[in-house]
Amino acid sequence: MPLNIRTYRDLTEPDRSGLADQIGAQRRRVAERLAAVARVVAVMSGKGGVGKSFVTAGVARALARAGRAVGVLDADLNGPTAPQLLHLPVASCTLHDGVIEPAVSPEGVRCFSMALLLEDGRPLAFRGPEAESFVWRGTLEAAALREFLADVAWGRLDVLLVDLPPGMQRFAELAELLPAVLTVTIPTPESRDAVRRAMHTARDRGSDLLGIVENMVDGEFTGSAADDLAEEFAVPVLARIPFHPDDAAWHGIVNSALRIPHSAL
Amino acid sequence: MKFLCVECDRQMAFEERQLPGDGTLAAAFRCPQCGRVVALLTNPMETQLVASLGVKIGGTTLPPQPLETVRGMVATGRDDAFEESGERGEGRGPMWSVEAQERLARVPGFVRGMVKRIYADYARQRSIAEITPAVMDTARGELGLEGM
Repeated sequence: MPLNIRTYRDLTEPDRSGLADQIGAQRRRVAERLAAVARVVAVMSGKGGVGKSFVTAGVARALARAGRAVGVLDADLNGPTAPQLLHLPVASCTLHDGVIEPAVSPEGVRCFSMALLLEDGRPLAFRGPEAESFVWRGTLEAAALREFLADVAWGRLDVLLVDLPPGMQRFAELAELLPAVLTVTIPTPESRDAVRRAMHTARDRGSDLLGIVENMVDGEFTGSAADDLAEEFAVPVLARIPFHPDDAAWHGIVNSALRIPHSAL
Repeated sequence: MKFLCVECDRQMAFEERQLPGDGTLAAAFRCPQCGRVVALLTNPMETQLVASLGVKIGGTTLPPQPLETVRGMVATGRDDAFEESGERGEGRGPMWSVEAQERLARVPGFVRGMVKRIYADYARQRSIAEITPAVMDTARGELGLEGM
């Protein structure tokens, strides 16, 4: 005779653990913090080596020079480079009133990155059972990024650029927080094919594809990746960036389809 | 995750959490009708997975600390990564016994400021005037401060 056991959803008594409520509270903290951010834009490519972080920094600096309030969240926890690319001073992070102040670049870009927290030259390592880290590490990294979003005093921003690591796992984990995507590619067909998959993933998850930045256009790489992808997804090519761009190379992005408004600062 | 006393058909209530310090966790749940107690025992991987979500079995009564999960879990953080400024809460914090200060000094610098604040908030909430190692042990179990 099987036992007559009520199901999980049948149990409605108050639950002190409230794990689902704790997750909900985390999400509310993120939403409250991002309420002062006019636009959150993920910078992605779906593959490594195309210069996402370089493009993120270039776009951020150009927007800051144009008077926009810009933040950069370095979501590449294992290979963080945003502080160097933004010329951030090395300093301790200040905590006050339950929040952490972001670092601010000489041009006024606010940034937070795991690079600000790690010992020099040391990789990101977590406490915990290393042998089974494949089970929990991705979950922990996603939680860390949610804390970066929720607990950093970003303030009122016109745009927060989220520099994603290679691959699409992190995008999938944070998709509900990333309503718009800026795609980076290099000209080659190999890059085009990898980036195409990433753009399909982003579009399938409901993100707005803002356009494409083609990087490293004046070197050995040949092809028409940006034009091919732009036609296929009906999005603009926002900029073509040479290996050694001057400030003017980024101008097209500032007044482009990124549609970054000026906030009432 | 919920526990049902099948005999009484009542949802069991969280009673107590214990952290033996080996990466495992024990959480006790009691039937509000018959008083029967069962314990949930998690292995280190399961304990870590729950912690990786930034949640605590049994919940917590203290406000979340900024970057609490990051500061509690990163093993390669810089000792001087954070500079605490200003004190949350009202009035002066609780006293720290010499033994408690020594124990706090052994906590890695990356997480020490947060740990100190958590213990101070815990003591303040319970009107504890002095933080001792015994208070830290009790708080550690109640708050789920594995490794702190």
